[in-house]
Amino acid sequence: MSELHAQTVPFVRDSMLPQELPPASQRGAVKWVRENLFSGPMNTILTVLSLLVVFLILQSSLPWWLNSVWNANSLAECRAAVQAMAGEGATGACWAVIRERWHQFMFGFYPRGLYWRPVLAFALLFVALAPVLFGDNARKRMILLACVAVALVLALIGVGTDLAHVSFAIVAMAAILAVSHLAPARLIWATLLFPAVGFFLLWGGSVWGPIGVLMGFGVLVAVYRLLLPMLGVVMGTALGFLAACVWWLMIQTHVTTVLHNLMPWGLEAIDSDQFGGFLLAFTIGVTAIAASLPLGILLALGRRSDMFLIKTLSVGFIEFIRGVPLITMLFTASLLLQYFLPPQTNFDLILRVIILVTLFASAYIAEVVRGGLAALPRGQYEAADALGLDYWKAQRHIIMPQALKISIPGIVSSFIGLFKDTTLVAFVGLLDPLKGVTAIVRADINWKGIYWEPYIFVGTIFFLICFGMSRYSMYLEKKLKTDHR
Amino acid sequence: MNETIDRPIDTSHMQVSDEVAIQISQMNKWYGTFHVLRDINMTVQRGERIVICGPSGSGKSTLIRCINRLEEHQAGQIVVDGTELTSDLKNIDKVRSEVGMVFQHFNLFPHLTILENCTLAPIWVRKTPKKEAEEVAMHFLRKVKIPEQANKYPGQLSGGQQQRVAIARSLCMKPRIMLFDEPTSALDPEMIKEVLDTMIALAEEGMTMLCVTHEMGFAQAVANRVIFMDQGQIVEQNEPREFFNNPKSDRTKLFLSQILGH
Repeated sequence: MSELHAQTVPFVRDSMLPQELPPASQRGAVKWVRENLFSGPMNTILTVLSLLVVFLILQSSLPWWLNSVWNANSLAECRAAVQAMAGEGATGACWAVIRERWHQFMFGFYPRGLYWRPVLAFALLFVALAPVLFGDNARKRMILLACVAVALVLALIGVGTDLAHVSFAIVAMAAILAVSHLAPARLIWATLLFPAVGFFLLWGGSVWGPIGVLMGFGVLVAVYRLLLPMLGVVMGTALGFLAACVWWLMIQTHVTTVLHNLMPWGLEAIDSDQFGGFLLAFTIGVTAIAASLPLGILLALGRRSDMFLIKTLSVGFIEFIRGVPLITMLFTASLLLQYFLPPQTNFDLILRVIILVTLFASAYIAEVVRGGLAALPRGQYEAADALGLDYWKAQRHIIMPQALKISIPGIVSSFIGLFKDTTLVAFVGLLDPLKGVTAIVRADINWKGIYWEPYIFVGTIFFLICFGMSRYSMYLEKKLKTDHR
Repeated sequence: MNETIDRPIDTSHMQVSDEVAIQISQMNKWYGTFHVLRDINMTVQRGERIVICGPSGSGKSTLIRCINRLEEHQAGQIVVDGTELTSDLKNIDKVRSEVGMVFQHFNLFPHLTILENCTLAPIWVRKTPKKEAEEVAMHFLRKVKIPEQANKYPGQLSGGQQQRVAIARSLCMKPRIMLFDEPTSALDPEMIKEVLDTMIALAEEGMTMLCVTHEMGFAQAVANRVIFMDQGQIVEQNEPREFFNNPKSDRTKLFLSQILGH
């Protein structure tokens, strides 16, 4: 009888086998460890070595973290406290320096009594961002706004704000929450007005200055509406912008002076050199991020334009900016730019830095967006054309939503880089949190010789912010993923 | 000859009017120095259904893409619905909103739902109120037999469904002329039929259609005229029965023997 025949003997199963678990070595934690840590000799050696490295790092740094001292007035007191706690020769972190100087890391030399202004501005920043970040998700937006409201009140009390301003903030946030609940579309006004409100809160001065600038935009819109039926979109926008420039450069000062004399409302003016720490980093970073995205998109479109002059100018601008180090741009901002302006114009240093950082970032954004545009199949442009959409409508509804979605990781990378690069303003004498404020703290006789703690503190805050941006971009990518590839 | 058309099409009621829909005269086009279209002369009456065929590279796609200015012609004249195509953007936009186009690769907008794909142009070009645009879109989606997919994204649909959405999207603009650029070439054989059925239904309603296709069954069933192109020129045109049974030019005979021979 052949082997083959033995296998063809008729067979009928009379009892079904029940399901069983895999053997103990093939499931759960044991399986995971075997597969991921000890799958072979090489892998086992690497695992042991890594564990050793982790152990050594912990062995040398853990006591330092565990022996942290929070209450002391100088580094010497810190050291004494560590010795008393852990014995001779022990090391310990001296977080007392953060406890004593946190306000400088946060606000620089901003007057202590006025901390409620940057705190309120920071909270309003999130209100302004809410419709942009979670425009279509009412629940998430409400959660964000509620958290901001609670955090704002706690922070205001934390920085020692008087009751009047805390109650003002509570009322303002309650109003915003109500608007968000009842008329979410109206919330976009908070976003549009935020630049003026934020500026007014941070720098103070007469209330009529920011209002005057806003009126310039009013002029732009009014002229545009007036001319639209006669001259079309492009000419309407151009002339509207021209009229607004005339307003800003020639008329505004006179009008605001008159208004200020009639109604001298305002907040105490703060000088730019009192800004510092994360307040400075946020002022520069947020403004530059918000301004560089639209500018970058326009540059990317310009670079792909059929119009020779626009294309050449865009390419020239992008390549020039990308070819120059940021520090050069900052020096230009602090030193050279003044030469090109009429004498006696007092052009704020922070503003100059913001403008050049914005230009710098926009060149990078432009290239990232160009990558997204190039990734779109030509058929998308053709379909938009064939349906009769004009250039701007096609860009707005078809091209940009897709190109920006593709570019999200690159754009957010640029933003993160930009935000971290704000520390470079230390080179033009501004008080950035990393070098500027830390140098001041370390120059204090009480804290001379301290170096890990301030850098770890500042680094942690930067990490949290950048990590947050990165997470948000991943959320956005997931939300916008509709192509089901 | 072609099993995808399985029902007899009654073309007797598909009246062709005397009104001229498209007039092309002495039209020439170059890509760089390459002469793609040479002396094209062609008149399309309203309600006519024209099939354009020819070997690849013969300029047939380029020709219909010139009709809505996706390609620019360098000499001669194209008049669509009384509007001449020049570099004047206003005329181009006017023509494009009157002429629907269906592409080989569908070109649906992947970031929008089917319904949004169909309502986008009516809302932003025709300024139709959103609600009305949605009603119109659902009407045409029912017509192409996929109303139940309205809230899905294009990536979730099969090729044939996507192409039918593309047809519905064009129809939502209420075009007077439809251009089809090899609408079934990227589809599986099974899906070709559902798209052709949609096109036949459109033809039966009297739509002016220009169709670049290799579906000779479709040409025989619905076309009033077949145009054969080679090397950027119109080589032969005739009504379908004559064209297929009694081709005049040697080039046409060769082409027909190659595509119908097997």
